[in-house]
Amino acid sequence: MTDPHPVTATRTPVQFDTDELVINMGPQHPSTHGVLRLILRLDGERVVDADVVIGYLHRGIEKLSESRDWTQIVLLTDRMDYVAAATNNLGYCETVEKLMGLEVPRRAQYIRTVLAELQRLASHLVWLGTHAMDIGAVTVFLYCLRERELVLDLFEEYCGARLTYNSRRVGGLPADLPVGWDRKVREFCDIVDQKIVDYEQLLTQNRIWLERTRDIGVISGADAIAMGFCGPPLRASGVMRDVRKDEPYAAYEEFAFDIPVGAAGDTYDRYLVRLEEFKQSTRIIRQALDGMPEGPVMGKVPRLIKPPAGETYHAIESPKGEIGFFIASDGKSLSPYRFRVRPPSFCNLQVLPKLVRGHLVADVVALIGTIDIVLGEVDR
Amino acid sequence: MIETLVVPLVKIAVLLVGILTAVAYLVLLERKVQAWVQVRLGPMRVGPHGLLQPVADVIKLIIKEDITPARADRWVYTLAPIIVLVPALVVFAVIPFGPETNVFGIRMPLHVADINVGLLYIVSIASLGIYGTILGGWASNSKYPLLASLRASAQLVSYEVAVTMTLVSMILMAGSLSMVEIVESQQARGLWFVFAQPLAFFIYFVGGLAETNRAPFDLPEAEQELTGGFHTEYSGIRFALFFLAEYANMIVIAAVATTLFFGGWLRPFPSVAALGLLDIVPGWIWFLLKTFVLLYVFLWVRATLPRYRYDQLMRLGWKVLIPLAIANVIVTAIAVVVL
Repeated sequence: MTDPHPVTATRTPVQFDTDELVINMGPQHPSTHGVLRLILRLDGERVVDADVVIGYLHRGIEKLSESRDWTQIVLLTDRMDYVAAATNNLGYCETVEKLMGLEVPRRAQYIRTVLAELQRLASHLVWLGTHAMDIGAVTVFLYCLRERELVLDLFEEYCGARLTYNSRRVGGLPADLPVGWDRKVREFCDIVDQKIVDYEQLLTQNRIWLERTRDIGVISGADAIAMGFCGPPLRASGVMRDVRKDEPYAAYEEFAFDIPVGAAGDTYDRYLVRLEEFKQSTRIIRQALDGMPEGPVMGKVPRLIKPPAGETYHAIESPKGEIGFFIASDGKSLSPYRFRVRPPSFCNLQVLPKLVRGHLVADVVALIGTIDIVLGEVDR
Repeated sequence: MIETLVVPLVKIAVLLVGILTAVAYLVLLERKVQAWVQVRLGPMRVGPHGLLQPVADVIKLIIKEDITPARADRWVYTLAPIIVLVPALVVFAVIPFGPETNVFGIRMPLHVADINVGLLYIVSIASLGIYGTILGGWASNSKYPLLASLRASAQLVSYEVAVTMTLVSMILMAGSLSMVEIVESQQARGLWFVFAQPLAFFIYFVGGLAETNRAPFDLPEAEQELTGGFHTEYSGIRFALFFLAEYANMIVIAAVATTLFFGGWLRPFPSVAALGLLDIVPGWIWFLLKTFVLLYVFLWVRATLPRYRYDQLMRLGWKVLIPLAIANVIVTAIAVVVL
């Protein structure tokens, strides 16, 4: 910290002190979404450079997984992206199934898709709320959490938990759908479609919102790919990449849906892309419920899960981006030989210094919001 | 003796108590209005519907530990909240709450003082509060408050210009700087000035939002960016003084707007005789009612809009509001001369 009362022995001609101001943002800061720490170098209010410090939430989930058995790891994946736990479960289970060559019943695939899309809605609602709150629209935050509560209720009815679901099993699902659940999901989809209109009225055409998000944190498609951007931020830069379409998993192949793509690659486009994803998600959920096949929800799985020796990588589209699991098995022990996650939040976060350079302090919080990170996933 | 000493002193006492109570309940109102907009309930625990919450808050703030950071400039740090609060309270002296009224058999005007430069007095005294903001941020000797107080000073100074310009056009309309005469001039014309000067009111209101650091211009205390702004390091009663001052300033802005644009204590449509029935309601109730409505708009705006960014705020002030305000003054001046 620079001393504001420098003691000078002799009087020199007036010389303005033009030091850059280094300020520490986080890990306890209202809008760093958890325990992110940024060291900002400021010239006035303009950000010259930003240094991202992570690791405050590191629990060693990957290493821990190498000493847990294959079923227990599902529960650890909940703790990574705790805003979208169901997606993490799905990614892990599909990877193990791929490693073992297991067949998952069609009904289970459909339910998995519904759960994944519900989770996407929940995660995007949290994102929209916190992003808007960082920019000062506190009301949107409370509206979004009101709707998210409904998703949590649906999950609670399905698996008993509201945040960390542990809702998948290798080879299928722990339980079939409760009676009448699909009707509630449909009602929820109608509500969300309606409420999106409300949010758009509050934000999309709002002059202040436009000024705060347009041309903020612009990144070109080529740069985005080079820096490993993924998920909605990548698509906002005009790159058509969505694992659901490119390498379909679960039951996504069987549904019609569009992938919204932006053009400018600024914060506003990232906002629009995610808003459109809300509508596509409800579209997928409705199709899945309409075509829900009958049958078992658990495939034929050996009592003791012990994949053959080998390694595999499998990625799915989480609400934050592409979440991939690399798992190696030695075929002998009851836990993975090597377990590694490619977390979308982590990969997106590394773009942050590039995005904030040259912008103002106020934009920093908008940009942290726009890349939609969850520190539980960044640090693992 | 009674006329010259006791009556003014009693008035001041009533005014001070009234304003501090109003401020405390404005805080509650803000929390309630925000809660209703956001489908919540707001404070509900202390008293019925949280009505005693302000009392609890005040007690809490008084008994909290009052911390002075080790590296703070002790004197300035102590002085800053006082500099912020005192002008906000003193300004109320010239605000006319009603016409001459009989109070307990004594006929008196409902204001503490009617000085012939009332408006000038308000502008100059209210501006003093800025010093407290700047000094408070600087004396904390901490980076976030420093940034915030720089923001605050730039913001307040630039919006001061726009607001004062609109006041000039009101002075031209009324031909007087005295608050009472401005209301009387509206009575004489049978017209609230807001209908003659809608643009001036708009600029005044937007500038007022900015001057009181209210959303969408609440940059100096943007908690999402600067973790609380210029009063980050303050605690206890000194923090409470900043808090009181902000809300007292809101009331000032609303009360001055009522006087200048909404006919002060006059009933709606003062020229329409058919509405004479409304005269039963005393003037001061009309005044408080209008002020309340304006304050409600303050809260409503806060619950609705996102926040401007610092440079956008300055651009809006210097490139939009100030030119508009100056143009408005010129047009008004020509109109006053011609008509």
